[in-house]
Amino acid sequence: MTRMKGADIIMECLRKEGVEIIFGYPGGANLPMYDALHKYPDIRHVLVRHEQAAAHAADAYARVSGKAGVCWSTSGPGATNLVTGIANAWMDSVPLVCITGQVVSWLLGRDGFQEADITGITIPITKHNTIVLDVEDIAPAIAEAFHIATTGRPGPVLVDIPRDVQQATCEFDYPEKVELAGYQPTVVGHPQQVKKAAQLIAESERPLILAGHGVVIARAAEALREVAEKAQIPVITTLLGIGGFPGSHELYQGMPGMHGMYWNNIAIQEADLVIAAGMRFDDRVTGALKDFAPNARIVHIDVDPAEIGKNVKTMVPIVGDVKNVLQQLATQIAPGRHDAWRQRLADLRRDHPSIAIPETDRLLPQYVIKKIYELSGPKAYYATGVGQHQMWAAQFFWGDNPYSFVTSGGLGTMGFEVPAAIGVQFARPLDTVWAICGDGGFQMTMEELALCTEYELPVKFAIINNNYLGMVRQWQDKFYAGNKQSVRMFQPDFVKLAEAMGITGMRVSDKAQVASSIEAALRHPGAVLLDFQVEDVEDCYPMMPPGVSLSDTIDQPRIEQPDYAR
Amino acid sequence: MSGRVHTIVALVENRPGVLNKIASKWRQRAFNIESLAVGPSEVPGLSRMTFTVDGAAHDIEQVTKQLYKVIEVVKITDVTDQGTVARELALIKVAATKESRSAIIEIVDVFRAKVVDVGPDSLVIETTGTEDKIDAIVAMLTPFGLKELVRTGRVAMVRGGAPTVTAPSADGAGRHHRSAGEGKPKLGSLI
Repeated sequence: MTRMKGADIIMECLRKEGVEIIFGYPGGANLPMYDALHKYPDIRHVLVRHEQAAAHAADAYARVSGKAGVCWSTSGPGATNLVTGIANAWMDSVPLVCITGQVVSWLLGRDGFQEADITGITIPITKHNTIVLDVEDIAPAIAEAFHIATTGRPGPVLVDIPRDVQQATCEFDYPEKVELAGYQPTVVGHPQQVKKAAQLIAESERPLILAGHGVVIARAAEALREVAEKAQIPVITTLLGIGGFPGSHELYQGMPGMHGMYWNNIAIQEADLVIAAGMRFDDRVTGALKDFAPNARIVHIDVDPAEIGKNVKTMVPIVGDVKNVLQQLATQIAPGRHDAWRQRLADLRRDHPSIAIPETDRLLPQYVIKKIYELSGPKAYYATGVGQHQMWAAQFFWGDNPYSFVTSGGLGTMGFEVPAAIGVQFARPLDTVWAICGDGGFQMTMEELALCTEYELPVKFAIINNNYLGMVRQWQDKFYAGNKQSVRMFQPDFVKLAEAMGITGMRVSDKAQVASSIEAALRHPGAVLLDFQVEDVEDCYPMMPPGVSLSDTIDQPRIEQPDYAR
Repeated sequence: MSGRVHTIVALVENRPGVLNKIASKWRQRAFNIESLAVGPSEVPGLSRMTFTVDGAAHDIEQVTKQLYKVIEVVKITDVTDQGTVARELALIKVAATKESRSAIIEIVDVFRAKVVDVGPDSLVIETTGTEDKIDAIVAMLTPFGLKELVRTGRVAMVRGGAPTVTAPSADGAGRHHRSAGEGKPKLGSLI
């Protein structure tokens, strides 16, 4: 074995893990890593414009590719800039390996230039983190990082490496296998529990499947479909579960929760069995917990035992990888029909067309989003930001391309959309990738547009531009007596901004131009930014006000709405 | 948070930063750790922690599940409802004059405590027992002039032959490759 520098060992480890792309930014404390890069031409480095974007892009890349995302930065501000992105990956259980440079080890704890205690800072937002103080520990630390990030319930892992450790040398020996006494995730469901769940399904008259991000992460769409079809159980997907079940399937019901479809929220309250697959009963899904699904027995499938009973009392918990458990379940359940129940759901849907778009000549944001879906074909990918546009994007996504909807769910990170779409495009270079952006969030990360020119990424950006922080404005209108504060914002000329970044920009303010502009964007070989000047004040419905039960979801009070600012 | 005092025993890898990670989980759920005792366990490379925390059983169960997610936590158990032997050690420095010294020693004898240091105007007393016993001796000694008090916090062990907590495998820290940081001078100890 030959002796290698720590920085080369880092690269060797990444190669061993099959890493093809690193999103990063250089600085004093990770320069040895950059010095090693040129020796590894098979590993692509993408220079972001802000480290937050490195984490988001790696996060989105991971969600779509199914592999761990890798990002790195220098110490201090480089590392702290990653924090939002790490927190985002943590909340959404995304496998992310973050490697941060650190000040030389003899300066640790002495406030060295660009020192930040990043392992201390990221304890609550990483699945695991560690600082490597000996070059011989680099390989095991990185092997552990990938193992921990990608197995069990995935999550971000941070490895902090002082510059002198990157420069020290030792023999490279990559662990073939990582086994940690304190980390042995249960991946196969207990057969007895699976049998019990099958029994509950057989007894049930009004069953529902609530599928969450776990189904997407575990790539369990096929298994989910098998279970749903065999027992004829309607499927609701949470915001992050979107793409875990075909949108065009007759059993698909769309999204529940705060801005989910009214019919789903009522259905959950009427169901006698809820099979929660890879979801964690987030407050945006359940509403007031004490009133959640009052008639239902609950089967909860999750790989993380800490999720069992965290929010909701469960009759049959099944700890395990959701794909394995659903496959197990498929063999145990008897074919079933629930015609009366499905008729009830169809009636609810007919009587409460929650996501119908009003007939109007005005340019409504929902209309724009729906048109994008209609025109982009069955193989397109979507990344969204956070707010109204995100909820509409979720409501109107009824596509079949699995794992194609990328959004910031748990943390709700505005500005996710731009770097996320870039990360998705790197994972799916030949497919159409849309960034569905809010005008507020877009301005948080718009510096990354430059990457589309530098790396020739044909990302299509759609800014749903209502000149407002729309969701905050909606809450101020609804819950703060219409006291609209700090939500109207000056907008740069997004078209000129796009041009300054070297990409094509178009402004669309007329409904009649929507389809043609989307088609033009899709035809254009490079990146395009479409600035949709939509209706300023359009509320997102259905809406379940915070703190109430699903039963109190407001469906579409459009008629009673005051005519603000028109 | 209403509940009672729970005794939680954990086996953890003896590595820098572990206590910080564990404390972070308790803090996030706003638990106040009443006492904490840490030291080596019977397994090389693993330390044993004993926590006492006040809270409802459901909340405690939630946090222990979260704690188990800390990679360096090898095993964690709530032993509150098991038959355990639980002890705490205290050192008590009390003012002692020529006149009061024998009265103090009388109390020490009653409690089966020990005088471990004698100074011209003070005594250091060592005592072991349950929290109640230590509270009682401290209360008895306080009128003489309590100069200093240190208590270790509870340590506990399940009665009988069964182990309180067991590591899933017996080979030290249980890492099947050379573990990061193993055998190296640490920047700091566990704490």
